[in-house]
Amino acid sequence: MKFGIVVNEGPYQHQASDTAYLFCKAAMEKGHEIWRVFFYHDGVNNASKLTEPPQDDRHIVNRWGKLNEEHGVDLVVCVAAALRRGIKEENLAKGFRISGLGQMVEAGVKTDRLIVFGD
Amino acid sequence: MSEIKKFMFVNRKAPHGTIYALESLEVVLITAAFDQDVSLVFLDDGVYQLKKGQQTKGIATKNFSPAYLALEGYDIEKLYVEKESMQARGLSEEDLLVDVTVLGRAEMGELMNQQDVVLSF
Amino acid sequence: MLHIINKSPLTNCALDSCLRVVQSGDILLIEDAVYAATSGNVFEDKIHEAMGRCKVYVLQPDLDARGFSDRIIDGVSPVDYGGFVDLTTTNKNCQSWL
Repeated sequence: MKFGIVVNEGPYQHQASDTAYLFCKAAMEKGHEIWRVFFYHDGVNNASKLTEPPQDDRHIVNRWGKLNEEHGVDLVVCVAAALRRGIKEENLAKGFRISGLGQMVEAGVKTDRLIVFGD
Repeated sequence: MSEIKKFMFVNRKAPHGTIYALESLEVVLITAAFDQDVSLVFLDDGVYQLKKGQQTKGIATKNFSPAYLALEGYDIEKLYVEKESMQARGLSEEDLLVDVTVLGRAEMGELMNQQDVVLSF
Repeated sequence: MLHIINKSPLTNCALDSCLRVVQSGDILLIEDAVYAATSGNVFEDKIHEAMGRCKVYVLQPDLDARGFSDRIIDGVSPVDYGGFVDLTTTNKNCQSWL
């Protein structure tokens, strides 16, 4: 099956991003496709390349980036939500791209299931 | 786009205290451009989004409540409010900015079942 | 339909509202909602009542993380992330009660 994922909360502050990531991994292990992950609301903070967690903690931003690098997962950050929160091309982490809200709607139209993770 | 899906936006959060209601409205307006079958549902504190007379001058934020009145112009006409949520907040249809269809809890559950995509923020 | 809840029922009405509106289907408790699946909490009776018309699941890794591995209410089914994925595919649609 083809999945679309929406992440509405930032990394570390809320578990939503972790749950979404572990869901994606499990879905791919079962042979499903993660067609797109769309980051909205504070979820756009998952795409900041300035993120530096302590050495012994998971690197949420890079972990998402690897999904793009290794599995070609499309990681899309909402432009309006991103600009509000200071996420721009210049501090966008590798693997992410910035685009419009229409990309979330498109994920709803084109995938078999759209799953929302948030607060 | 040839496929038409049933999209439902479930609003369960009050406006102003957090940004969810405003950013949800932004998605709804974009969805209208995709020619999908769109419904908006207001449940729990989400009902407060539709309250008449919101004045945000004193808290220095954007008053986005008039945007609900513009939904009709985007051909978004399916607005549903759960009766139990409205009553629990001491509100009636006269308190709301726009015309809505009031559904009982079981009818609301049935409407959810019929959707293809349910978005909540 | 799959209903996903992620809040403790002791601080937030998401699960209560879901049970008020939903007449049938699957309910999955994740993140802080897993406390609802633990025996002895004041919400337990409502979970038992819900199980009369819905199937209730709990995300085991979230339960383990919170120290409640061995306190699941009888009749609530534990699933891992793979089981979570399966629930989204076996149900025709799903809703996160955010």
